[in-house]
Amino acid sequence: MTVRDFQQAFDEKIDREIAIEPRDWMPDNYRKTLIRQISQHAHSEIVGMLPEGNWITRAPSLRRKAVLLAKVQDEAGHGLYLYSAAETLGITRDEMYEQLHTGKAKYSSIFNYPTTSWADMGAIGWLVDGAAIMNQVALCRTSYGPYARAMVRICKEESFHQRQGYEILLQMSKGTEIQRKMVQDSINRWWWPSLMMFGPSDDNSPNTEQSMRWRVKRFTNDELRQRFVDVTVEQCNILGMKLPDPDLKWNEERGHYDFGEINWEEFWNVVNGNGPCNKERLEARTKAWENGQWVRDAALAYSEKRKQRAKSDTKAA
Amino acid sequence: MKNRILYTLQLADNALIYGHRLSEWCGHGPVLEQDIALTNISLDFLGQARGFYQHAANLFNALPLAEKQGMFLSVALEEKVKKGENIDEDDLAYLRDGWDFRNLLITEQPNGDWATTVARAFYFDTFNHLYYTQLQKSNDLQLAAVAEKSLKEVTYHKRWSSEWVIRLGDGTQESHEKMQAALNDLWPFTGEMFRMTDVEQEMADGKTGVDAAALHSQWKQDIVSIIDEATLQLPEGTRLQDGGKDVRHSEHLGYILAELQFIQRAYPGMEW
Ligand SMILES: [Fe+2]
Ligand SMILES: [Fe+2]
Ligand SMILES: [Fe+2]
Repeated sequence: MTVRDFQQAFDEKIDREIAIEPRDWMPDNYRKTLIRQISQHAHSEIVGMLPEGNWITRAPSLRRKAVLLAKVQDEAGHGLYLYSAAETLGITRDEMYEQLHTGKAKYSSIFNYPTTSWADMGAIGWLVDGAAIMNQVALCRTSYGPYARAMVRICKEESFHQRQGYEILLQMSKGTEIQRKMVQDSINRWWWPSLMMFGPSDDNSPNTEQSMRWRVKRFTNDELRQRFVDVTVEQCNILGMKLPDPDLKWNEERGHYDFGEINWEEFWNVVNGNGPCNKERLEARTKAWENGQWVRDAALAYSEKRKQRAKSDTKAA
Repeated sequence: MKNRILYTLQLADNALIYGHRLSEWCGHGPVLEQDIALTNISLDFLGQARGFYQHAANLFNALPLAEKQGMFLSVALEEKVKKGENIDEDDLAYLRDGWDFRNLLITEQPNGDWATTVARAFYFDTFNHLYYTQLQKSNDLQLAAVAEKSLKEVTYHKRWSSEWVIRLGDGTQESHEKMQAALNDLWPFTGEMFRMTDVEQEMADGKTGVDAAALHSQWKQDIVSIIDEATLQLPEGTRLQDGGKDVRHSEHLGYILAELQFIQRAYPGMEW
């Protein structure tokens, strides 16, 4: 078969919505795009552990503490599935870490914002996991098999996280005046960054068309963002809170909520490393990695020794 | 009844404070899989702490008013007692200060590096495994139930920390040295696990509690066999770092509590 035949077989699979598997032929660009997207997603899960991890030791009740610990642990698990999915494309986890630590690979910018109150544990679950689900549900049917399967597992847990986050805010909103203030303050800080999670608007998103064709992406950034706004407004009303956007209003004609312009300057600033916590987040990851080097070396040395011993044992026998 | 409550709190405080320390690793572990494992273990201890605190709260709530008063040196708890309110697991975890906490000193020691965390786990898990095995036989059915449920977890913890002692001890030269240093550093704290307080003695005599002193030789045998396999040396010297069970703590506990109790202290009496 020639490259053209391979390409044709690949295109046919894409058209007929048949999953591409690790051993199938795939265009270089497809492989590269997927590695970039999946590793970026994996890094987001891992860096995403930090802002919420920040409140584990300060959770206001033992039950909330247990739920938060379990949530952050889930995110670590998501990172694990995704790194494994990316590895099927011919890159190692260490290489991906290297890209993260040197700033070559990105992660979701939302995690570069600080968590300054307990209500942020609610707002992150509700808005950040909520926006992630919006993005990711579509990926459960993405063309690359291992990625799609990882997303099915992940999405189940993310929607659980979203409900738990919302529940934190609901409980607080039924509490005292100061708790309601805390909730509103948190929503004020997380709303716009959550909208930014959907990425640049469609006319500024160069990868969209090709990615749509490959079903690495299934809806455009703006479509998903609109969908997120529409469901979130209703949920916010139930909390008795306000979304911090004076332009937010129902548009009868469109059948959607209109909303204000995103601050794209802030968006690009944070993407380019100048957000409030970019430095801390990356430092925390790098530090964990560097401090862990001797531990990983020891584990490797020990397993090598065991293999050697097993070999000489069988020889002796 | 007062001593049964204090005994239950000792078990609860151990689990809470130690679980708190482990939870500090979350997101910062040397390997992603180990990050997950430690968080899991931390969750186990948190679950154990809740089981014990709930039991302690129930026992406390059943006391006549006169016996409740003055049991804790906590203004917030006294306030609740005065108002005739019941207390719950969170009140016990969040409203007592250090001079009411009865955890072993070893549980409040800082995480240090990975070897220190492993050494602390190794000593404590090996102890817990023996301890919970006995506590299952308690004539206090609540304590027995928590112990029985926890034993599976603790058995896994013991395996996890023993395997790491071996891996680090028999890994590289660097890991061997770090593991030995960590075992040595924490050794002075291991004596407290087996020294019986009056409260513990009374509970053991009444078949409610465990005779911890009686566990010492088995504990030593267990750790020696792992230390041997790890090509390490059993530390020597005194084991005089003691006092947590008698509410005399290291400086570390105050900071743990300042963090752990922050919201309940800054925003008292609210539901979260
Ligand atoms: Fe996740
Ligand atoms: Fe995610
Ligand atoms: Fe999540």
